[in-house]
Amino acid sequence: MASLVGSRVERKEDKRFLTGKGRYTADINIANQTYAIFIRSPHARAKIKKIDTSKALKASGVVDILTGEHIAQDKIGGLIAGWAIRSEDGSEMKCPPNPPLAKDNVNFVGDPVAVVFAETLDEAKTAAELVKVDYKELKAVVSLADTMKSEAIHEGIEKNLCYDWLLGDRQKVKEAFDKADKIIKLDITNNRLIPNAMEPRACVVDYNTASEEITCYTTSQNPHLSRLIMSAFGGVTPENKLRVIAPDVGGGFGSKINLYNEEIVCSWASKKIERPIKWVAERTESFLTDTHGRDHITHAELAVTNDGKFLGFKNETTANLGAYARVFGTVTPTYLFGPCATGVYVMPAAYSNVKAVYTNTAPVDAYRGAGRPEATYTIERIVDKAAIELGMDPIEIRMKNFPTEFPFKQTLVHQVDSGDYVAGLEKAKQMSDYDGFAARRKDSESRGKLRGIGVTTYFEACGIAPSPVVMMLGCGVGLWESAEVRFNPTGQVTVYTGSHSHGQSHDTTFAQIAADELGVPFENIDVVHGDTDKGTFGMGTYGSRSLTVGGIAIINACKKIITKAKKVAAKMLEASEDEVEFKDGEFVVAKSNKKKTIGEVAFACYLPGVRDEVKSPLPEGEEPGLKESAFFDPANFSFPAGSHIAEVEINPETGEVKLDKYTAVDDFGTIVNPTIVEGQVHGGIAQGVGQALTENAEYNEDGQLITASYMDYTMPRADDFPEFQLGFTCTKATTNPLGVKGCGEAGSIAAPPTIMNAVINALDGQEISMPATAEKVWKACKELKKSNAKAA
Amino acid sequence: MKTFNYHSAKEVKEASKLASSNSAFLAGGMTTIPSMKLGLATYKDLIDIKGIKKLSGIKASGKTIKIGATTKHVEVAKSKEIKKAIPSLAALAEGIGDPQVRNRGTIGGSIANNDPAADYPSACIALNAIIHTNSRKIDAEKFFKGMFETSLKNGEIIEAIEFEIPQKSNYQKLPNPASRYAVVGVYVAKYKRGVNVAVTGAKSCVYNAKDLAGALSKNFSSSAINNVKITSSGMNSDIHASANYRANMVKTFAQKAVDAC
Ligand SMILES: Cc1cc2nc3c(=O)[nH]c(=O)nc-3n(C[C@H](O)[C@H](O)[C@H](O)COP(=O)(O)OP(=O)(O)OC[C@H]3O[C@@H](n4cnc5c(N)ncnc54)[C@H](O)[C@@H]3O)c2cc1C
Repeated sequence: MASLVGSRVERKEDKRFLTGKGRYTADINIANQTYAIFIRSPHARAKIKKIDTSKALKASGVVDILTGEHIAQDKIGGLIAGWAIRSEDGSEMKCPPNPPLAKDNVNFVGDPVAVVFAETLDEAKTAAELVKVDYKELKAVVSLADTMKSEAIHEGIEKNLCYDWLLGDRQKVKEAFDKADKIIKLDITNNRLIPNAMEPRACVVDYNTASEEITCYTTSQNPHLSRLIMSAFGGVTPENKLRVIAPDVGGGFGSKINLYNEEIVCSWASKKIERPIKWVAERTESFLTDTHGRDHITHAELAVTNDGKFLGFKNETTANLGAYARVFGTVTPTYLFGPCATGVYVMPAAYSNVKAVYTNTAPVDAYRGAGRPEATYTIERIVDKAAIELGMDPIEIRMKNFPTEFPFKQTLVHQVDSGDYVAGLEKAKQMSDYDGFAARRKDSESRGKLRGIGVTTYFEACGIAPSPVVMMLGCGVGLWESAEVRFNPTGQVTVYTGSHSHGQSHDTTFAQIAADELGVPFENIDVVHGDTDKGTFGMGTYGSRSLTVGGIAIINACKKIITKAKKVAAKMLEASEDEVEFKDGEFVVAKSNKKKTIGEVAFACYLPGVRDEVKSPLPEGEEPGLKESAFFDPANFSFPAGSHIAEVEINPETGEVKLDKYTAVDDFGTIVNPTIVEGQVHGGIAQGVGQALTENAEYNEDGQLITASYMDYTMPRADDFPEFQLGFTCTKATTNPLGVKGCGEAGSIAAPPTIMNAVINALDGQEISMPATAEKVWKACKELKKSNAKAA
Repeated sequence: MKTFNYHSAKEVKEASKLASSNSAFLAGGMTTIPSMKLGLATYKDLIDIKGIKKLSGIKASGKTIKIGATTKHVEVAKSKEIKKAIPSLAALAEGIGDPQVRNRGTIGGSIANNDPAADYPSACIALNAIIHTNSRKIDAEKFFKGMFETSLKNGEIIEAIEFEIPQKSNYQKLPNPASRYAVVGVYVAKYKRGVNVAVTGAKSCVYNAKDLAGALSKNFSSSAINNVKITSSGMNSDIHASANYRANMVKTFAQKAVDAC
């Protein structure tokens, strides 16, 4: 039987998604359900003086209206930060309380203060307009650059500072800088983004008055963790009385890692009002209240020698947390950002210093890449700047500073197990016809256009795991993953995983690897995920961890199955275990034609006996049935890497930027399904290009989100893209038996600096910030014309 | 969205009679429905006019093209008669929004709404259009009165828009990257009597750029307007484009349009 790992198996998911048969949370309706509408703060910062629900309570169809007072009375806990980060001075980070419904203060536009439950959605909306909230408006803290000088938003959190974190050695860096021929300096902004999952958040909650069990259907990337937080921190109900189901989920990109206010409130309220509740966000609510991403201001310095060797690196960053610290909010700008900021290079000395601050804006949390796009943008932009200032080719300066031996001890934290950065860049150079660029530039110029080429080489740390390591760094939970593999008596297999698919095609990829391990046809394997009542437990999907952690748990459970099945097969075949070999789904006795298929063994495990004789196929002490589970906690992160090269053409008359060519060469180790991986790379690049060229979440000085609809927030579209050229190199990960590395975030990590380096190259080195919108580029083109005129 | 009464009219008279100060006609619904969903508009009655046969269709005569009010953008974009007589008008329709919008949105709805960034108003001005309503004929120049404001009276229904076929014409727009409405759109049309230059997106309402038109009437080449000064006063300014950028783009896109004629 040919191995399925590496083959373009068609997606099991396609039929359901392409024929409109997906079942999303909003598709779920429960008899007698009420409809929830949340009343949200229209102000970025205010004190709640009074909430008057008297008129609304009398409106037609209203079942109940709950506020922060009720939350406090019932002692329902708030939302939490999942990672505890310590400041350079040893002090613990400072986090404000974040009650599910604000009682005293609101801290961003969209902060929920009350909720209306009514018989119909219309009635809920009408009643919501009758709830009168009396606010005392306060001056909002919005500008990231000025936050630390502004009035404190949260009581007891001076300078709005959550932490002032350091990773690295300031003294060593100083020494390295003292020896440098040249110091390259760069100030950059990593623009704030709104994740924009296609499916808005939603939850449907059903409380069973007899069993006292709450079932919460929700749009989550990790239902098990949502249940844990709702029970342990929210105090909604004990874990055994809470079932969280995340059915089909239409994209998350990190924004659905968090447990949100609405899920806690609806779960708690369903028990209180003894009615099922349905809540579905409107798109405006998604814009306002889904966690946002990025939003850094960075000053970086790179110490170099005249011939382009890197000596040291400084990264001083202010990161916006928004109004509250959420699950990955505090770790994204620290351990997911700082270490990767030295890039793929040998960097003798470095530090990353990050100040994370609160502002009156939506909470900022992980967004595809989480920290690593920000890190890669920082280092790849400054490396290009160094190349410009030293008069070197951008490829040459990178090659000069690559490590060539693996494992490679990266400066700040990571022990990178495998990689070949030279091979990746060589391949990208050749695939992109880098050497033909000059001719293409000439051609563009003949048409009155400016052309630029941009290079990025990245590595990233993903597949976030080793529990002892992440817990040592402050994570509140271990980041292992679990799996359970069950044979049916008739030979089909169900795989239960703690990972969660919301676009990653786990049904297919996981079935492929299980098929290889068990020798069972792909068609006979089903993957089940997203339900806390099905499968053991799980840490969910984010940080490109599903295959490298969750997939390996599946493999380990399969291996346990084979171990047991082999014992049974040996007894059935009247051979010793050492004589039996398992291959392609069959247990064969060496040098004989005696064999049993794994299906026959599974059948025997469930029906262990025969007619007229007391005889069992099971060896002494072996239990009936064929089902195993495994938890996997890898020894390290996984470290995908790659080289991306893009070309842009600029119309200097209008400033419009056209992305003309995009080449991506990635090393994801072993690739299980190339089609799915290519899809992940495509999507990631599209989001990265969005960050570089079009997307920007903008608040005005009063803290109103002025890009709260698709009329103003510019998502990239299919016709903004050329055909991507994708290539792969492969160095297998040594930390898992499949040799796989994460692939989900690479595109969004590599694309922003690739595009911006190309734009800046077209502008002859002129600095420009993301997103490179038409007007900004047009202004830069005018400057360029002026300076060229001066030079001539 | 609040509840409302839905009426489907079969005749213009019937539709007009149903109208009140608290109603809207429902053509493509591409403006009305989103505004209602966002709570920006509420109506007691929506009067669907798509079923009125008389309001839809394209008629070409030697001198004009007459387009029924409920004709969809996609129909204008694909029309053989329009592509032949005024290709720039078909191209304009092809550049509106996205396929979903073009498959539902109508020319009558677009001009009745008079969004400052909509494309069609510029075509009406540049192509000397006459707006036919159920009670009168209105010159385009008099029809567009201000931001989201037209000379339509309550209950008055646009039946058709009649465009004068020019010798040459072209429309160029800098699309808003998010919505694809015009940040700046310039429609240039050349007639024997002279040249029209209509600008949309730049100010609170579409306007006839007389200075550009004057220069081009004398000399129909893009260099003829090199020295025409366009000030940024009165220009829109938003997150997508400053007033200064818009002022510059008016000239750039006028030149593009002339070059493409
Ligand atoms: C995402 C998106 C992108 C868009 N991009 C563009 C763009 O790039 N360029 C552009 O120009 N437009 C754009 N539009 C607007 C689009 O062209 C709409 O079709 C247009 O604004 C309204 O036409 P409608 O037929 O949908 O009108 P409706 O929404 O049905 O009606 C709009 C208004 O016009 C009135 N009305 C409709 N028909 C008549 C009539 N016959 N007589 C009198 N009053 C009438 C109604 O009472 C209502 O007040 C976009 C819209 C969307 C949603």
